[in-house]
Amino acid sequence: MAAEKAEMDVLKKECDGLRTQIEAARKGVNDGNMATAAGSATDVGRVQLKLRKSLKGHLAKIYSMHWASDSRSMVSASQDGKLLVWDSHTGNKLVAVPLKSAWVMSVAFAPSGNLVASGGLDNMCTVYNIKAASPKTLRELDAHTGYLSCARFLSDSEILTASGDTTCCLWDLETGKQKIVFTNHIGDCMSLALSPDENTFVSGACDSLAKLWDLREGTCKQTFSGHTSDINAIQFFPNGKAFVTGSDDCACKMYDLRSDQEVITYQDASLNAGVTSLTLSNSGRLIFAGYDDFNCHIWDSLKGEKVGVLSGHDNRVSCTGVPADGMGVCTGSWDSFLKLWN
Amino acid sequence: MPFINIEDLTDKDKALMEVNQLKTEIKLERWLTSKCCEEIKAYIQAAEEEDVLFKGIAEDKNPFKEKGGCVIS
Repeated sequence: MAAEKAEMDVLKKECDGLRTQIEAARKGVNDGNMATAAGSATDVGRVQLKLRKSLKGHLAKIYSMHWASDSRSMVSASQDGKLLVWDSHTGNKLVAVPLKSAWVMSVAFAPSGNLVASGGLDNMCTVYNIKAASPKTLRELDAHTGYLSCARFLSDSEILTASGDTTCCLWDLETGKQKIVFTNHIGDCMSLALSPDENTFVSGACDSLAKLWDLREGTCKQTFSGHTSDINAIQFFPNGKAFVTGSDDCACKMYDLRSDQEVITYQDASLNAGVTSLTLSNSGRLIFAGYDDFNCHIWDSLKGEKVGVLSGHDNRVSCTGVPADGMGVCTGSWDSFLKLWN
Repeated sequence: MPFINIEDLTDKDKALMEVNQLKTEIKLERWLTSKCCEEIKAYIQAAEEEDVLFKGIAEDKNPFKEKGGCVIS
């Protein structure tokens, strides 16, 4: 017993020493943060987007939404036990997928537009073919030992998942088997985002850390700290060299990959609600962050100022997304509505 | 690849995992933050003109506008 404790003390001391060295290395390259660089950029002014459509159809809380690559279709998931595929231009529902388990937490559209995936408290990721005459279950990916919090397709044959069992996983959809398991977080994984070149991805977890992973090697390359509570949302900055996180600590942060640290925090004393979701406008200048306070607040990513708000939901904003063509932003809420703004 | 269940890992396993991870991360070559932030700003400024959510969009080009003249604002 004493020997075990001694071993743990040695390891802990080694960890502390290494962490101190890494912090020193980060400090050594910290010659200025985003505020310094942003000084000369023009002000955004007040961003006032209009509500263009309110999509009514779900009968319970919406937990997740994802745009299709055509920037027109989108899929939403609700704990009413359905996935709905919408035509965002007309507001029409195109497909309804009944779920075996109503406790859905995440939904994803494949780049091809042929498949959607969802999962949640059933610990599974189910993939559906929505181009068939009626939605057909293609695969049930069953190996996580915790809830499915996020899923993203790489193609019609590969999908990446994040789970409450603290791991992320790359699956082969032809075989339905796990290809790579990404283990390193010590808290539930809540969110993941693929880099634009799809060689890496980032994950955010309840251990308040974000991690960068090599998709093919299966290794964790970098770890980013700073948040003081669960990271619920994570998105890559469009050039793939930075990413933005949103947390229960009520802040969003931008982390830069090459300097290996946080470069700006988006936080306001008047905002005392956790961040549930986030998305970026196409240039990366605007961050749309959904909060528990029923609003989606808009941040100037360079200057760190709150520049607008999307108000209109009657409950928590649980998901947000900007389509590939950047033409608008969609918010989804526990009030069962999806709203489109631009 | 073997599936590792976090519940099966002992405290010592977790500590070892952390030490090994830190040993990998310490080797990273880090860039100056000023340079990185400048690059991010440059990217944004080059892309801003085309960013509809930043610049706005003409009503007749707006794919989401309500047909039939009723716009909720």
